[in-house]
Amino acid sequence: MTTEAMAPPSTKSQVLRSFDVTDFPAVTGLEEEWRFTPVKRLKELVTATTLTGAAPGFAPGDLPAGVSLTQVDAGKVEPVLTPFDRVSALAFGAAAGVTLIDVAADTVAAEPVVIRVVGQGAAAAAARTYVRVGNFAQVTVVLEQVGTATLADNVEVVIGDGAQLTFVTLTEWDAETVQAQHVKFRVGRDARVNHVQVSLGGSLVRQFTSVEYAGRGGEAELWGLYFADAGQHIEHRQLVDHSVPDCRSYVGYRGALQGRSAHTVWVGDVVIRAAATGTETYEINRNLLLSDGARADSVPNLEIETGEVVSAGHASATGRFDDEQLFYLMARGIPEAEARKLVVRGFFAELINKIPVEELRERLGDAIEARLAKAGS
Amino acid sequence: MSTLEIRDLQVSVKLPEGELKPILAGVDLTVKAGETHAIMGPNGSGKSTLAYSIAGHPKYQITGGTVTLDGEDVLAMTVDERARAGLFLAMQYPVEVPGVSVANFLRTAKTAIDGEAPKLRTWAGELRGAMEKLQMDPAFAQRNVNEGFSGGEKKRHEIMQLELLKPKMAILDETDSGLDIDALRIVSEGVNRVRASGEAGLLLITHYTRILRYIKPDFVHVFVAGKIVQEGGPELAEQLEAEGYERYVAGARA
Ligand SMILES: Nc1ncnc2c1ncn2[C@@H]1O[C@H](COP(=O)(O)OP(=O)(O)O)[C@@H](O)[C@H]1O
Ligand SMILES: [Mg+2]
Repeated sequence: MTTEAMAPPSTKSQVLRSFDVTDFPAVTGLEEEWRFTPVKRLKELVTATTLTGAAPGFAPGDLPAGVSLTQVDAGKVEPVLTPFDRVSALAFGAAAGVTLIDVAADTVAAEPVVIRVVGQGAAAAAARTYVRVGNFAQVTVVLEQVGTATLADNVEVVIGDGAQLTFVTLTEWDAETVQAQHVKFRVGRDARVNHVQVSLGGSLVRQFTSVEYAGRGGEAELWGLYFADAGQHIEHRQLVDHSVPDCRSYVGYRGALQGRSAHTVWVGDVVIRAAATGTETYEINRNLLLSDGARADSVPNLEIETGEVVSAGHASATGRFDDEQLFYLMARGIPEAEARKLVVRGFFAELINKIPVEELRERLGDAIEARLAKAGS
Repeated sequence: MSTLEIRDLQVSVKLPEGELKPILAGVDLTVKAGETHAIMGPNGSGKSTLAYSIAGHPKYQITGGTVTLDGEDVLAMTVDERARAGLFLAMQYPVEVPGVSVANFLRTAKTAIDGEAPKLRTWAGELRGAMEKLQMDPAFAQRNVNEGFSGGEKKRHEIMQLELLKPKMAILDETDSGLDIDALRIVSEGVNRVRASGEAGLLLITHYTRILRYIKPDFVHVFVAGKIVQEGGPELAEQLEAEGYERYVAGARA
């Protein structure tokens, strides 16, 4: 038993933590963390104690000097994510090994590192990915998740002191894919991570991103872009734990929904502990409902235990398509379908522009337009 | 030569609960290319309702009458079809479109109106020239449409579109309101350039007479309680300046 239970849990950050899946009770869907999730559709991911399906394959392109990708035993990396729910514990325990993406200290990679993560089929699988960015390195890493999978996976990311990581994770899964993913960032002193999480494909995708700071002056920007079609459930949760002084965080997630029973969930938790003076944080979620029958849940949450913050705020807005914008564009001769495309592209423009890979920006813009066209709206 | 004909136009605003509130009570007006008409009336008299219903805003329902442009039934057209047929509305409150740059917006609009993309070679210059004429900083091209624009910048942007898109009929809804003297002069010069071309008909909607010192109307129509109650030449504007709308408003109430 490796339980470090801190009872009673008074904040989001003080919950049961354990590397052993059997320490966690079965998920019923009634728990606060699971209340928006259709847990039945997660199947074995919330019931099993081990998983035996084949983990996704990693297809790296040409890796720049200083960057390597290897399969290693779990013992070779120090866990950054201590599991705090049943799925993250299952992923930890059931993963056969760890895919290690290592960026040597002081590496400055001119080209982005683009890695395809390919699902191996519907049999439920577990996986661990570990990204280690050495001190003062500067790199962009893109993980494109494609294919079919039923997957519980943890992605652990350590950003060394003074390092700068732009980390783009795309889910472009096939329609039947189910994924429950945990992403954990440990941000070093004066280090900076820029995460862009793009969620387009899959039947049910639930991504829980958490951030901790290992030293002063760390910065984390978490950007999210998602588009849910009929029947899709896309859920994003964040826990940014400010326990170190003088760190910054910004969380900005935007989603569009179209079609019956398209469902998105955004729950953003930011905790500023008593020691974390000089913290600067802001979180915002915006949702655009493109049709009837779609549902966006959006819950910002800020817990502040010190008065000495630089700034802290949150915002959330969910709205329908703005008919005045549409009218303005159409009054200039632009046909309705094209006007809608412009508005939706505009809604996502700020986020897409966070991605430092032009080819990817264009592909995403096109993917969003294709989604709009598919609905014939 | 184009002609916009409005006959006995009756319009209601759609209230949120679905009921209709009648606003326009039978408007008759004919505007020909090369003419400048001023519609003057107090706040709430229905001037914007007239402008928006001609442009096809979904908030308004036509309950009677006709609008034609060169004999074509405008009311049967969608909003974008009306614009492509040659109608233009400079809005009283231009709308912000986040994430869409002015340059992208204008190129898309120009392509839609002309039915073909503007020539790459000449378009940049044309755009720059149009911005210069309205004394807009070139940096505006990269900003999002109307986002964070001052009142004056929004109106200059509207008139810039008027010059670029070259409509047959332009309705300018209170383009003068909220402008300081400099901006009013710049905007008026833009309208006068369009006027001087002689190719467009202009319908200038205003509450104040101030803009009519810069743009001389050929015809003035006094608009009260949803209809035109008096018509004349430029002298009517001077009379309104001196006397105000009181007389007409009292008449409408009686
Ligand atoms: N959404 C609305 N609900 C109720 N009344 C409205 C609505 N929109 C406009 N009106 C009414 O329609 C009338 C005409 O408005 P408008 O056309 O904007 O006048 P003007 O432009 O001359 O100031 C006003 O009495 C106004 O109160
Ligand atoms: Mg008005």
